[in-house]
Amino acid sequence: MRTNLSERLLDLAVSVFMWGFRVLIVAVILIGTISTIQAGKYTSEQWIDFVVQGISQGSLYAMIALGYTMVYGILRMINFAHGDIFMTGAFGAYFLATWLNNTGFIDSNPLLGLLIPILFAMLVAAGIAMLVERIAYRPLRNAPRLVPLISAIGASFFLEYAFRGFFGPGVYAYPPINALDGEWQIFGIGIQKVQVVVAVSAAIMMAILYSIVMFTKVGKAMRAVSENKDTAALMGINVNSIIVSTFAIGAAMAGAAGVLNSLLFRQINFMIGFVPGIKAFTAAVLGGIGNIPGAMVGGLVLGIFESIGPSLFLEGLGIPRPYQLKDAIAYTMLVMILLFRPSGILGERLSTKKA
Amino acid sequence: MNKRLFAVLSVLVLASMMLAACGPKGPVETAAPAGYECADEFRCVKIAPGEPIHIAYWGVLSGADSSLGEDSKRGVEVAIDDKGGKLLGHDILLTTEDAGCTPEGGATAAAKLASDTSLVGLIGSSCSDETVGGIAAISNAGLTTISPSNTRPALSAPDRGPDYAGYLRTAHSDAFQGKAVAEFAYNFLKVTKAATIHDGSAYAQALQQVFADEFAKLGGTIVAQEAVAKDATDMKPVLTTIAAAGPEFIYYPVFVAVGGYVTAQVRDVPGLESVYLAGSDGIFTADLLKGGGENTKGMYLSSPDFSAFTGDYAGFIAKHEAKYGGSTLSTFHAHAYDAANILFAALEKVAHVDDDGTVWVPLKALRDAIYATKDFAGITGNLSCSASGDCGAPVIAVYEIVNADPASWNPADAANPNPKKVWP
Repeated sequence: MRTNLSERLLDLAVSVFMWGFRVLIVAVILIGTISTIQAGKYTSEQWIDFVVQGISQGSLYAMIALGYTMVYGILRMINFAHGDIFMTGAFGAYFLATWLNNTGFIDSNPLLGLLIPILFAMLVAAGIAMLVERIAYRPLRNAPRLVPLISAIGASFFLEYAFRGFFGPGVYAYPPINALDGEWQIFGIGIQKVQVVVAVSAAIMMAILYSIVMFTKVGKAMRAVSENKDTAALMGINVNSIIVSTFAIGAAMAGAAGVLNSLLFRQINFMIGFVPGIKAFTAAVLGGIGNIPGAMVGGLVLGIFESIGPSLFLEGLGIPRPYQLKDAIAYTMLVMILLFRPSGILGERLSTKKA
Repeated sequence: MNKRLFAVLSVLVLASMMLAACGPKGPVETAAPAGYECADEFRCVKIAPGEPIHIAYWGVLSGADSSLGEDSKRGVEVAIDDKGGKLLGHDILLTTEDAGCTPEGGATAAAKLASDTSLVGLIGSSCSDETVGGIAAISNAGLTTISPSNTRPALSAPDRGPDYAGYLRTAHSDAFQGKAVAEFAYNFLKVTKAATIHDGSAYAQALQQVFADEFAKLGGTIVAQEAVAKDATDMKPVLTTIAAAGPEFIYYPVFVAVGGYVTAQVRDVPGLESVYLAGSDGIFTADLLKGGGENTKGMYLSSPDFSAFTGDYAGFIAKHEAKYGGSTLSTFHAHAYDAANILFAALEKVAHVDDDGTVWVPLKALRDAIYATKDFAGITGNLSCSASGDCGAPVIAVYEIVNADPASWNPADAANPNPKKVWP
């Protein structure tokens, strides 16, 4: 009985502490927010700008996060090389777009000048991801879980430094699409054309991906493999080819995100995939890893919080130079979600999973 | 644990202990041959006939800021060529160590260099952060490094501490650069409200603070001092915050990646469409034009004043052009050239040459000789080193980028310089 009692006391103490922690975080955010709003430094247009910037960054996170989540859904493994797949797409598009730009094609056909590099980046990224899967992951499919994870980290370094070897450590600038300069008035609010294009393209791509997964035969097969590989194989599904197509589709999204990222931020170098990759992984966990709508929601939430958080509550708390802590917001969110809702915002129904 | 494995491991541990005990204790005191007795407080490096004199360059050779490190490395290489590749009858061997512009990279590179007993002297690092991370290992190994491009004031402050005993620089201290930019903004552009952004690096943090203090002293107001992470890409939120403070002048003395992102995005933020932009020597490179795009046109950059160099800078540029083709990559090549020559002069002064050509380099004497450098006729000026390691001639100018095309970058061009000197 005594052990029972002390165990129950311990449980109680832990849950009191956890509740206290939750209340503390919420209080900190509320106090910061209220004092920022009272200070009245920002106009409502500026708040809208923060949200719009967050959405365009967040939709990129979402696109990359899809690749993490789909691969996890099927293989229960974290594909840490996924951020670098994003980088390979950006590089592929860069070379094609530079060539198109030099021939004057982008200026005369801005729409095609945008779409062709995106398609090419998707192809490049999907191709490289399929190679990585074949070389680094498939031979380890039945190994203990840590093994493919380490292999993925190795693949990540390999891609980074292979691209450094080929293209040097310097910075490349994605050619600007002049038709995307300036603003559009949407509901009376001026929004950068680039940001609109990035958010809209991301939404279209994610809609396509979602319908592939939900309404096509391949998608159905993917869901079946994700439920249970062996049973799916017994039903006549070629598990290997479904896994390869999962990698390819996820990588194509990352490749497209690479181009959109280049449109937003211009700079391309061999390390650009690293931080977005980690952020997207955070977004995938945030939304509920293995869950496709969850990755989209997680990406947007993360992007908006990162964009609005420093000025919304860090500044109100009197923290100097709050933007240095932007990453801290992202990773604090990761820790919070792991502590309090490990299944994520749109949590996967873990009870039906074998994990 | 498996018993056999345990036994094997214990034997290995014992063996390694014994081997370590047989090894050299402390710094290697190379046995002196007849004729030369090494009496140096640290140790002497022996260079047998036919062996090269080994110096190393450490700095940023990878990532977005590699132009900065590569540019200085070329300065050292030109200096070696000018010596005919030889010193005291031995070939000069230059090796490099990448420090990645971070304190961790600096610490790793320095640890590697400190363990190399064939080294006589070092040139580097590129970024102040690298020095902050690595200098203790270098000083404690008895080595001395001369940095061509570190500008953080604290690195050569009189109270910098014993870890910095082996550290000198030919670059200016940012105490001068920050002041020059403040004077330029207040007196030349006649702005009174300025904002700053730094990226958390030792360099940027200190430089924007010097600027802010000097600008306030002149009578201006600092309306915002913000910072971002070094790997941040989305600058629009921080720029929106800055826009809310209403500056006329934004100073971001950062490195290439952040500098490019800020420049490329700043004009898209309402309220910052026509604000003056300024950076410093860390982004004085064509790579900024690649990352920043069209918006770099009209941007101001402070840098050492090339036209105030008292030595043969035109001659250096000609040799550089002949060796590498194209323009210089960044702004500290001449400082690196001078740093290498100061090191060579000190080596020639203190080294002992045996009759058979064997060279002995006493490291403490070498360090003292470098500190004793006086009125050394370099490209960047007549250089004298202070007791706290400042050898530079701090003359700063402000340049304006007149063309956003990276191919047009050529600050040394007589007819069409880009960027072009506008002040003083």
